[in-house]
Amino acid sequence: MLIELGHFALILAFATAIVQMLVPLVGAQKGWRGWMGVAEPAATAQFALTGFAFAALTVAFVTSDFSVALVVANSHSLKPMLYKVSGVWGNHEGSLLLWLVILAGFGAAAAWFGGNLPERLRARVLAVQASIGVAFYAFLLFTSNPFLRLATPPFDGQDLNPLLQDPGLAFHPPFLYLGYVGLSMSFSFAVAALIEGRVDAAWARWVRPWTLAAWLFLTIGIALGSWWAYYELGWGGFWFWDPVENASFMPWLFAAALLHSAIVTEKREALKSWTVLLAILAFSFSLLGTFIVRSGVLTSVHAFANDPERGVFILMILAVFTGGALTLYAARAHTMEAKGVFGLMSREAALVANNVLLAVAAMVVFVGTLWPLIAEMAFGRVLSVGPPFFDAAFTPFFVALALLLPIGTLFAWKRAQGARVLRQLWPAAALAGALLLLGYALGAGRSALGPLGLALGGWVIGGAAVDLWSRSGRGALGARLARLRRLPRADWGRGLAHGGLGVTIIGIAGLLAWQQEDIRVAEIGDSWSLGRYEITLDAVRESRGPNYITTVGELSVRQNGTQVATLLPEKRFYPVAGMPTTEAGIDGGLWRDLYLVIGDPQDGGGWAMRSHVKPMAAWIWGGAILMALGGALSLTDRRMRVAAGARRAAPAPVAAQ
Amino acid sequence: MRRLALALALVAAPAFAVEPDEVLDDPALEARAREISAELRCPVCRNESIDESNSGVSRDLRLMVRERLVAGDSDAEVIGAVVDRYGEFVMLKPDASGANLVLWLAAPLLLVLAGGVAFVSIRRRAAGPEDRLSEEEEARLKDILDR
Repeated sequence: MLIELGHFALILAFATAIVQMLVPLVGAQKGWRGWMGVAEPAATAQFALTGFAFAALTVAFVTSDFSVALVVANSHSLKPMLYKVSGVWGNHEGSLLLWLVILAGFGAAAAWFGGNLPERLRARVLAVQASIGVAFYAFLLFTSNPFLRLATPPFDGQDLNPLLQDPGLAFHPPFLYLGYVGLSMSFSFAVAALIEGRVDAAWARWVRPWTLAAWLFLTIGIALGSWWAYYELGWGGFWFWDPVENASFMPWLFAAALLHSAIVTEKREALKSWTVLLAILAFSFSLLGTFIVRSGVLTSVHAFANDPERGVFILMILAVFTGGALTLYAARAHTMEAKGVFGLMSREAALVANNVLLAVAAMVVFVGTLWPLIAEMAFGRVLSVGPPFFDAAFTPFFVALALLLPIGTLFAWKRAQGARVLRQLWPAAALAGALLLLGYALGAGRSALGPLGLALGGWVIGGAAVDLWSRSGRGALGARLARLRRLPRADWGRGLAHGGLGVTIIGIAGLLAWQQEDIRVAEIGDSWSLGRYEITLDAVRESRGPNYITTVGELSVRQNGTQVATLLPEKRFYPVAGMPTTEAGIDGGLWRDLYLVIGDPQDGGGWAMRSHVKPMAAWIWGGAILMALGGALSLTDRRMRVAAGARRAAPAPVAAQ
Repeated sequence: MRRLALALALVAAPAFAVEPDEVLDDPALEARAREISAELRCPVCRNESIDESNSGVSRDLRLMVRERLVAGDSDAEVIGAVVDRYGEFVMLKPDASGANLVLWLAAPLLLVLAGGVAFVSIRRRAAGPEDRLSEEEEARLKDILDR
């Protein structure tokens, strides 16, 4: 019964979204307040209905209701509770429902917290947001209904893919969707502003918090996915440039660009049309990501035929929203007159450089991801574009970005004094130099890129510290420290996020340049050395988990005779899904991870063993956490919270069109 | 994003890849073999290099790469031999020939273009008429001030 109610609620939400899309839009055009007023209760109702539908599906998963087709295909009665819940979004239909809950949630949040928005703008934003909803409700209900029942329920389910039964991956999709879908708010604001024909500082101020929130969720989502790949897939790789990873990385790059250009629009009333374009692009790329992930068109060109209906539907959504928004943009962009004037050496110009580099970096990912498809269709060449290409083609732009970052943050608005800024940055340069020497002292490892990467990370971290310090004004040390504590949270947020980028750069450089590896057959009692460590295989035993059987290796790691860690890498087998997984034994640390994997038993006795020392691995995700924290800190800044400027700008009537 | 996992799951599950019996005794040669393996795509997998893949054909290819290295081939010769057999599909880093130039040059060209446009428009605007008065305006201003 509950399932039918959930299904019904979803249909009602679809209907509500249609009303929310049409009525406020007409109201805003005609100036009818009653019609505009429909948007807010409609957004709330839509969220409540979709939330109920999601809850109904969750109940079906939690209670293992095997009369529901989706539960049968993705759950099992023996599965731990966490994965019963995460199983709700561990499949196409359920994840799309989660996507819709979040979309409706953002719409409702805009309705609840948008009290200080001009009435027309708010009505239009909510209408555009609802139109995205309409497209996805139709997609879900007509092609991917999660509420289908089975006529003859089976005795038990087919289990969730074992690789997904992992805490890191349980929370990875919700964060990712919060990011993807959060960008829909920026998109709705951009389209509403285009309909309105007005982009000003107040508009940029409203857009910034939504973009920042989307970007920070996307950061967390991507970091969780990368961390999961690191410990679960058994190679210790953290980024594979897989089309599906790229699908999440492109919106992240565009969101980062948007975040920065919106600052210029807010503070200086410049770059208006570019900011609007970025807002459209950022969400378009998150739609493109959805298309890539769900159509299967890129992971394998031939998988498209498996699900042409879904792929074509998303492609249509993408075409309508991106095409529509870009058309509107082409018609209206020229009305957005830029006000601020700035020189080539100014913070505005530095932020333009940031935007150009981020957009170009995103283009590398975009072209590289789609090239196999284009090359096959247009030139008949079946080829692959993989990590070696992206490493070579993407890195230079990001290095340039990191080099410019500390300089740009210190530039003043309008016209900066380059020489003074460079003088200010000597501590960052010193830190970079010291790390460069340290890198060479450690032995250049595989290539010169290691020390250079360390230096680059040091330059960015040092730059962030100098940036914060320079905000503390002049005078005695004590006074400056006191002022540093009282700096706006947005300043600290910026410093933290930029520093986090430096930390991640150091992590990637350290890991890639200095990792060590050993592959061998080991019998029980065997010892081998790897770097500074002595590793012994003490025992191998069989064991059982709730829904799997497992082979556990027991290894002790010693350094100079003292025990450092006991690690228990596992090789699991999930009988229901018929799939093995590896669980690496990892001893994490600030400076290095010890990473052990147990493989198959060998014909001649013993087990295949892989051991790695992965220096600085934790820094990769530590940096991402810092970036997300920085974003969160900025978000709690008073200016963002109350949107003080918005209130002041609001009284200006928007009727004049 | 679940699909990432699904996609990887199909191919990556028992990820052990390089087996102990494949490893060459000469560490320098083995390092070269690993680097070459990372640039070659497993022909039957979704999106993995032969260095990461666990499939039978990847193992055969890894062994082939090592045999050729031991026989004294250069890196390019080894890759060329594999490409001869399986086509350019197995190169994870496409060469910059023919239409592939687009792939390699799209981003640098875009950077030049976007950088150029940004440079010119900032220059023009910074020197633009907004903060300077035209002769007519100057005359009028003088007129007003003198009044």
